[in-house]
Amino acid sequence: MTISMRSLALMTLLGATALTGGAGGAMAGCGIPAGRVSIIGNEFPAIQTVAREAMTCAGDGVTVKSNLTADHQKINVPGMQGNPAEYTTAIISTSSIMALMNEDVIRPLDDLVAAHGQDLAKNQLVTIDGKVMGVAFMANAQHLVYRQDVLEKIGVEPPRTYEEMLAAAEKIRAEGIMQYPLGGAYMAGWNLALEFVNMYFGMDGELFEPGTAEVSINNEKGIAALEMMKALTAYMNPDFLTHDSNATSAEWEAGNTALMNFWGSRTGVLTDDEGAPPEVYENTKVAGPLTVAGGSTPATTLWWDGWTVAKNISDEDAAATFVAMAKGSSPAILNDDTMIEAVWMIDGYMPAEVNQGVIKTMEAGTKPYPTLPYMGLLHTALGDNIADFLTGKEDAATTLSDIEAAYTAAAREKGFLQ
Amino acid sequence: MTTRIADRRPATLQILLSGFLILWLIVAAFPFLWTLWGSFKVEGDFFSKADWMNAITGPLTQAQTGSSMTGDGYYGAWVQEEFWRAALNSLIVVVAVVCISLTFGTLGGYALSRSPYRYAFWLLLVALVFRAMPPITLVSGYLLPFFEWNLWGHLPTAIIVLVAINQPFTLWMLTSFFRNIPKELDESAMVDGCSRFQAFRHVIIPVMWPGVITTGLFSFLLAYNDFAVTAMLLSKENQTMIPKIASFLGTTQTAGNVMFAVSSVVSVTAPLFVLVMFFQRQIVSGLTAGAVKG
Amino acid sequence: MKHRTFLWFFLPSATAMFLFIALPIFSVVTQSVFAPHEQVIREVENCSVFGCTKATQIDQEATQALREAEPMGRYVGAAIYADRNHLALSEIGALWNRSSGPVDFLGQLLNLPFYGALAFTLTYTLLVTPLAIMLGFLIALAVNAVPRFFRGPMIFVSLLPMIVTPLVGALILFWMVDARGILGAVIQMMAGDPNLSVKASTPLMWTMLIVYGIWSTAPFAFVIYYAGLQTVPQDTLESAMIDGASRWERIRFVVIPHLLPLTTFMALIKIMDNFRVFEPIVSFSASAHAQSLSYFIYSDLGGETRLLSSAAATSVLTILGVVVLLSPVLVRTWRSFGKGAA
Repeated sequence: MTISMRSLALMTLLGATALTGGAGGAMAGCGIPAGRVSIIGNEFPAIQTVAREAMTCAGDGVTVKSNLTADHQKINVPGMQGNPAEYTTAIISTSSIMALMNEDVIRPLDDLVAAHGQDLAKNQLVTIDGKVMGVAFMANAQHLVYRQDVLEKIGVEPPRTYEEMLAAAEKIRAEGIMQYPLGGAYMAGWNLALEFVNMYFGMDGELFEPGTAEVSINNEKGIAALEMMKALTAYMNPDFLTHDSNATSAEWEAGNTALMNFWGSRTGVLTDDEGAPPEVYENTKVAGPLTVAGGSTPATTLWWDGWTVAKNISDEDAAATFVAMAKGSSPAILNDDTMIEAVWMIDGYMPAEVNQGVIKTMEAGTKPYPTLPYMGLLHTALGDNIADFLTGKEDAATTLSDIEAAYTAAAREKGFLQ
Repeated sequence: MTTRIADRRPATLQILLSGFLILWLIVAAFPFLWTLWGSFKVEGDFFSKADWMNAITGPLTQAQTGSSMTGDGYYGAWVQEEFWRAALNSLIVVVAVVCISLTFGTLGGYALSRSPYRYAFWLLLVALVFRAMPPITLVSGYLLPFFEWNLWGHLPTAIIVLVAINQPFTLWMLTSFFRNIPKELDESAMVDGCSRFQAFRHVIIPVMWPGVITTGLFSFLLAYNDFAVTAMLLSKENQTMIPKIASFLGTTQTAGNVMFAVSSVVSVTAPLFVLVMFFQRQIVSGLTAGAVKG
Repeated sequence: MKHRTFLWFFLPSATAMFLFIALPIFSVVTQSVFAPHEQVIREVENCSVFGCTKATQIDQEATQALREAEPMGRYVGAAIYADRNHLALSEIGALWNRSSGPVDFLGQLLNLPFYGALAFTLTYTLLVTPLAIMLGFLIALAVNAVPRFFRGPMIFVSLLPMIVTPLVGALILFWMVDARGILGAVIQMMAGDPNLSVKASTPLMWTMLIVYGIWSTAPFAFVIYYAGLQTVPQDTLESAMIDGASRWERIRFVVIPHLLPLTTFMALIKIMDNFRVFEPIVSFSASAHAQSLSYFIYSDLGGETRLLSSAAATSVLTILGVVVLLSPVLVRTWRSFGKGAA
């Protein structure tokens, strides 16, 4: 049931008149009588843009504050547990909404959508169990990024599978163009865990026994996913376990890598003329996601970023927050500068060429990252243990059973397993 | 004091000692000098993944700014991102933390040093165990109550937390320092009719400064360099310098912002130089009198 | 000093520590024996722009009743301390029965997260503490020997590793030791291996963390020793010289004993700090090769689902570890206090 972004863009053009009519009438307070808006969220350009626009609703009895910080995940739950909550809205993503759901600190938005959400596109609404719990404003995914000139030199088409990627990497190395042609955010911890989830989904694996919190990754698909990751790391810079997306992107800009599975939101900086020699940024191209082991599900995951409204606040503050955040993620924020910051799920968004990767990933039937109450525990367990396999300290089966054991202990503590 | 001995040092030993010292000074200063130099380059050069020589020659700096040195990092941090606000907040926090910790610490340390009872030892021991608590656990424990009581985000909250976290160290330093001040001094004042507090004020305070200044230096460094407490407990508008620097780095580094962080770090070190030069004599005389009989 | 006067003098300090350290410690200990309630999970359908998926969710209403019945959570006693992610008692038992010999047992034991982290933490503490103190002592001796005029700048430079915020200091060093960074290139040249990478090998990563630890904590020892050196009694030194004591003998029998109480104090503080090593592991992205107890706490609290009870249990274990490590020094202090009081 994937919705094509192209049809979305088309829809935008059709609906544009009605929307600009709504946005044109903006005034101080955004038409909110009174209320308190307080935003907590991660710190990167797209979120800063949203928060900046929401701030314009301040005035006339409406206060708008924002706290964007890398530590947002440590602060948002306690900051929303008080009554009244310090934060009236948290900007979160596919995975981090679960922490707020688990602690029951965000409210269903159905009433607010009905009352104030006329300008929101239907597909922006994130529903859990039939209730709207969040409003997404951008989409993101990892997909193939490649160096056109290098692939042309070895006479290979952009790979469509990880097997082709390995073959291309071997060829690049054999021709002496690059010693470590593959890049990737393989830093031990969160990044590495996500790479496993990507690869495991590509193998058509199920992380849990359906409907339960019982983990089930210690199987052939899990082993195959790990083995494929190890095969890839043979063509990566030996420091791969310390490369987060910042370092991976620095490697790319230095011209050290030619192929990688990388975040769509970060490709913009790879193709601009800052920080890299022209041969690198001119030849940086994106393609859709890769599949693996003959599967049809791409070995990657889809992500959205969006906002929520706190439960422990007055209805007046909730309405003010909803209106301000809807303004923050309205077409009003789109201009030449902000357009390249993300794949916006906002009417009027024109994807640039570098953003086609995310759109192709959405069209290819990619699975979203799982929104499950206990997924965070598994992600942490994966991130802490996979490095032991990649460094050769232990075999794949041991690593997977370590992960399962670490997860099970954590899930018991949290009460997900008895 | 030691020059008389130094005069008669044999040549080989002198060379060995100087060689070691020069080596150490290079090792200690090199990363900082490298940063100082690099703060005038663009990110692509300073953090070059292609060749470290780029950080010295600066080809990308040349290409992007038209000169091999640029002040963009400093301009961006201080003017564009208003780093001075964070500097102001830091000043408030540091001055308050140093003053309050020293006031609490001198009173407490003096009492501990003059008490003949066993409980004084146990109190010191408990303070030490308190210090063993990982700060990260403490800070995440504060979050919920602080949010509930509306204490979160304000400078005074961060100040008092820093004072409390720093108390065990301050108490240990100052107690050992006061032990070195002869008991007879304040006791004779009390024989002359002073109360304990008057004796403290008129006899002890005038002679305690060296020890207090040394302890103050460590409180200063703690408050100045703190990240764990200030990053989690202060709201954006009350942010101090170190969390501000961290926010330049961010989760996804945007072009140029990393250099804001680098130039801020260089800026942050400058006042410390003045401070150390100013207080170096006191540091020495202070520790001389205190801590020695820890 | 009378109890009453003592109380008034000690009150401000005690209040601050009680409120902000003692109460949190109490709540942490409580937290470590209570775990969250069993969660009632039901299947739901989640929809977003990416389509609808079958998923599960916590049934808040059903869980609410449990929460109200026991607001503290469920009492689990020492179960969290004993589970696999902490002391792993039952796993050790199983390992002991299964393993083929002491070497195999040890290898398997170190694969358990707590013991693996303990191995690194102890190695780090036991190497960094004495080496940093010794280096600090040597620097203090050397700085003390130069003419007074140069000492100010030298003190400042020597303090630099301590005062540059680790946040960025480590970031820059991390780049410098990269295989293509300036230090990385020097290391490759010295080792004669152009493919050598510090960040890719566990022993080199450990070495780097330890060297960084020594580099960044030696200044603390230096300041304290430098000050201590100023108080070495000159008459004792001179009479030792008249008695024909060599330079080394004077250091060994006059200077070092004079500085011994200082060393005790420093060892106490530094063992404690090093046992809680954490920042370098994060800054150097070293978690693939080295983890510490404090790193576990960070990871428990920083994950998407926070494991509060687990973090609390690890914190209590850290405090206990510090107490065990410090006990020899503390017993010494207890004795000397006894003498002083008598």
